[in-house]
Amino acid sequence: MWGIYLEQLVHSLPFFLKGLWMTIAVSGLSLIMGTVIGFIWGIIRGSRSRIAKAVIGAWVDIIRGTPFLVQIFIIFFIMPEFGIQLEAFPAAVIALTNLASCFICEIVSAGIQAVPWGQKEAATSTGLNWFQQLRYVIMPQSMRVVLPPLVGQYVLLIKDSSVVSAIGVSDVTRVGWLTVQRIPQGLLVFGLVALLYFVICYPLIQLSSILEKRMSAGYTRGKE
Amino acid sequence: MLETFNFRVILEYMPLFLSCFLATLWLSAAGLLGSLGVGILACGMRISRSKLLSRTAYVYIESIRSTPLLVQLFFFYFGLPSLGLRMSEATTGILALTLNSGAYMAEIIRAGVQSISHGQVEAAVSSGLNYFQRMRYVILPQAIGVTLPPMLGQAIVLVKDSALLSLISLPELTRAGQIMTSERFMPAEGFLTSAVFYLLIYYFLKWVTTWSQRRLIYLQT
Repeated sequence: MWGIYLEQLVHSLPFFLKGLWMTIAVSGLSLIMGTVIGFIWGIIRGSRSRIAKAVIGAWVDIIRGTPFLVQIFIIFFIMPEFGIQLEAFPAAVIALTNLASCFICEIVSAGIQAVPWGQKEAATSTGLNWFQQLRYVIMPQSMRVVLPPLVGQYVLLIKDSSVVSAIGVSDVTRVGWLTVQRIPQGLLVFGLVALLYFVICYPLIQLSSILEKRMSAGYTRGKE
Repeated sequence: MLETFNFRVILEYMPLFLSCFLATLWLSAAGLLGSLGVGILACGMRISRSKLLSRTAYVYIESIRSTPLLVQLFFFYFGLPSLGLRMSEATTGILALTLNSGAYMAEIIRAGVQSISHGQVEAAVSSGLNYFQRMRYVILPQAIGVTLPPMLGQAIVLVKDSALLSLISLPELTRAGQIMTSERFMPAEGFLTSAVFYLLIYYFLKWVTTWSQRRLIYLQT
């Protein structure tokens, strides 16, 4: 019994790889754009403008406080009411980019706050302008705090990308869902889907913990 | 545009939303309790000296953390019946939530336990406390201060994750939005109402987090 199903599953492996490619495309695109937007927002939030801080803070709260599934439904179903017809793929990328930028914004602004204020004062008195301060003083130091959780966040976002299957993007979760209608062996089918995610996410989780150890190494030694 | 936004229909569907709101609360609370139990167990196994237990817990934690909840949910939903295990949607959903959050809880608890300096453990050992007493009187009381904020964070994640249970047609908040969309074709009203209810839970939990942090700092000084 299992043998037949296994053979069928091997035959439909190309579909799974296509789905995996879709997962990589959706999450890759959103991660790149989300990182750029998230850094911009994080830098604004780390600055001293009160209004910008409040607006970004409120938006981040709303996005962090609602499920991604609800966000993606809202974007997919409500954008047409504003006259913007979206295919499933761009809707998914917009939703995931937005989610990514909100979480990355939090990480970046925490990283900027971790840089002691004296560093900024020193940079100002050296005559560096705002951009130079950011580029040569603040960002290089905050990277130590930002990088490990950033990679961890990437893993969470790649996993969240599975939710876009709900609006019909044919990512690897959706392929699994379609396959399980033909091959009624859920353990086998979703075991394979899980394995495909595992292959991407597990190395990234390891990378995140290696980064964490390496980045904090010099600092914990100093403390003891 | 949204000028057709219909509050009257939202009011009409309010009983559905309220009962679904309770369902979301109930499902997340069950998942939270379950994941605390699983987390404590998995963490105990992970830090135990037995290699077998430690490895098993490691495999469990890492495989959960490396795969999406939705895939785990479908794994149980479509997979368990083929093993002859028939469970209701609610049980399957809570099982998936529990096992998923349990892995994260285990890591949170482990970080808390490991934040206790080794001298404390040595002092407890030389006072003649056994493993259980060390945990109960020395390590856990100190670890709670470190673990409570990330645990509340995990509770927030859990509430949001419970939205995925709508995909196996459990009646909870997101499902209420879907029902309103399919019956009246009013996705804006439906999903925005769901979002507002989720935000209520989120802001409450966020308030608890800041409140408890203030309390904990106060207790420590």
